[in-house]
Amino acid sequence: MKHTISVLVENHSGVLSRISGLFSRRGFNIDSLAVGPTHDPAVSRITIIADGDDYTVEQIEKQLNKLVEVIKVKTFAQGECMARELLLVKVAAGADKRQDIMTICEIANARVIDLTTGTMTLEICDKNEHLRRFEELIAPYGIIEMVRTGTIAIQKGAEVIAPKK
Amino acid sequence: MRITAAQAMAKCLTAEGVSVAFGYPGAAICPFYDALLETDIRHILVRHEANAGHEASGYARITGKPAVCIATSGPGAVNLITAIATAYADSVPLICITGQVNREQIGSDAFQEADITGAAEPFVKHSYLVSDPNDIPRIFKEAFYIAGTGRPGPVLIDVPMDVQREEIDFEYPEKVDIRGYKPTVKGNPMQVKRVYKALCEAEKPLICVGGGVFAAGAIEEVRGLARKMQIPVITTMMGISAFPSGDPLFYGMIGTHGVKTANRAVQECDTLFLVGARVGDRAVKTPLALEKTTRIIHIDIDPAEIGKNIGADLPLVGDARLVLRQLLDIAEPAKHDDWLAHLETFRTEKVFADVPAGTVNPKLFIDTLSKAMPDDSVICADVGQNQIWTCTDYRFEDRGRFITSGGMGTMGYSLPAAIGAKLAAPQRTVCAICGDGSLQMSMMELATAVQHEVPVKLVVMTNTRLGMVRELQTKGYGDRQTAVFLDGSPDFVKLAEAYGIPSMRVTDKESMDAAIKRLAEDEGLLLVEVTVDKDFPTL
Repeated sequence: MKHTISVLVENHSGVLSRISGLFSRRGFNIDSLAVGPTHDPAVSRITIIADGDDYTVEQIEKQLNKLVEVIKVKTFAQGECMARELLLVKVAAGADKRQDIMTICEIANARVIDLTTGTMTLEICDKNEHLRRFEELIAPYGIIEMVRTGTIAIQKGAEVIAPKK
Repeated sequence: MRITAAQAMAKCLTAEGVSVAFGYPGAAICPFYDALLETDIRHILVRHEANAGHEASGYARITGKPAVCIATSGPGAVNLITAIATAYADSVPLICITGQVNREQIGSDAFQEADITGAAEPFVKHSYLVSDPNDIPRIFKEAFYIAGTGRPGPVLIDVPMDVQREEIDFEYPEKVDIRGYKPTVKGNPMQVKRVYKALCEAEKPLICVGGGVFAAGAIEEVRGLARKMQIPVITTMMGISAFPSGDPLFYGMIGTHGVKTANRAVQECDTLFLVGARVGDRAVKTPLALEKTTRIIHIDIDPAEIGKNIGADLPLVGDARLVLRQLLDIAEPAKHDDWLAHLETFRTEKVFADVPAGTVNPKLFIDTLSKAMPDDSVICADVGQNQIWTCTDYRFEDRGRFITSGGMGTMGYSLPAAIGAKLAAPQRTVCAICGDGSLQMSMMELATAVQHEVPVKLVVMTNTRLGMVRELQTKGYGDRQTAVFLDGSPDFVKLAEAYGIPSMRVTDKESMDAAIKRLAEDEGLLLVEVTVDKDFPTL
């Protein structure tokens, strides 16, 4: 089962390697890992999508908490968070296919961000499953390059994950 | 005060009360060594960096405080890793200080450059690569705090040479505040009550003591609770000597190489109270079966250990000493006469098998040794058959202490650990017990003991085999023995002579008695070689 885990860490060099090292050496499987700064420059936030049963997730949380530079760990319950990924894709599409692709983009809430005579570059930011569906729709036109971020997630409602003072 | 960062490092150690450091110099750590001259810190020059870590480990296990080891960059630092991993596996607090190449050279594959913070990452509680010399006081303060509190462990501080040379304003911080590090020490009072209730409800309770009891300094507390509530006690290998061997409540060491009484007690108890024991695979082979039939109470200061190897019905995160005191405060005397009487039936008299002429029964040797040694002796067993013989046959008194590499099983640990332990407790007799295989992994430390006048006792069980592996090959690989023959080993008695260390060989009852008398009574260094039959079994 997939779990979304948010981790607040000290914004030090080397933190990411400690975290990724922990996952590999303890045999935890991760689908994606995304890291970036927060509004507090001293704190970074990592979002991890991990695969495993309840025992594994409990161990992941506990082992993460043992790292000195980890400030807070939170595993979201199902439906507790909003998650997004960004996908950039370059499609081999000449003038004859442009209209079709633009229609797909319009319906899927994607954008055309670059255009040449033989290619179109598209951008979409959405939930993982929407990105997958978009990719399926675009694939027949000939994907020549694709890049996507890991998932980032934030809690629904007014509650936040904040470091303890 | 303007001083160099190297001088600041030395001052930090002094501020932390460090009086002994174990190490081996090299170019990248020279500024710090130079600064050490201005302190009262006694430096013990080892003969291999791994042993600097093991000696610090032996020292830390006796003092209960973080001990310091030092190495230079590159190979020096990399050599430390075995000791760091050994300390990590047994939760021993170390401060490992390594030199690093100059900051602008990092990443250029410079001479003697190694990414030691990266390489040691899986085995450290925390590590620092110092990039700003002004951070030195804070980092050292944090390092000692992290290493010595919560679940203890090694902390590595890697300091580039040019950082050591820069001048800084030095002031040692009084407080430390790390927002991601706040260990829980006191047990949740409600949970403590539940644990007590469970112990009262149990008809066949059993306390299993692990190494955490030493880390927490909870020996008196665990003995107190067991005696007050009349609960029988077993230990893991790491918990040996936490309970006196001769106590009527004590039933020995559990595990693959444990004693029958202890393993039967685990099988038959209805409530197993784990105190600072992580239920490693060598201690309990089938934790899943056990947790189904037995109520498990688990005290550990590391929340990640609870539920990791065995499910706990009653988890309790906290420092063993404080939690046991909380329990003692509410505990009423209890009795478990039937249960204890039942366990008594599993006890057997020790029988020592006859052995071929010219050899000595190693278990008999250990048993006899333990009767002769002073009560407060520190015994450091190595890894292999010698370790199990010591675990099962050495009888520890009230104040005795057992030290071994339990989690990592690092051969060569006993001699350096004994040197460290002796420096921490000069008034106690400290004896390393090893095999001819394990000694040859660290025998260069005989020179360290001689040079720094550390009068440890050393027992070398020689069977010209890697005995435990040989036994494994005999039992598990159709007796296809390979790579276990230690031909070419030196004559250890002569080797000791070459170092100027008094020595003797034990081949029969008379020489055994003579050697044991000297081990117990001699003031100085002594090496005793005990000739053991090549096929003598572990158990």
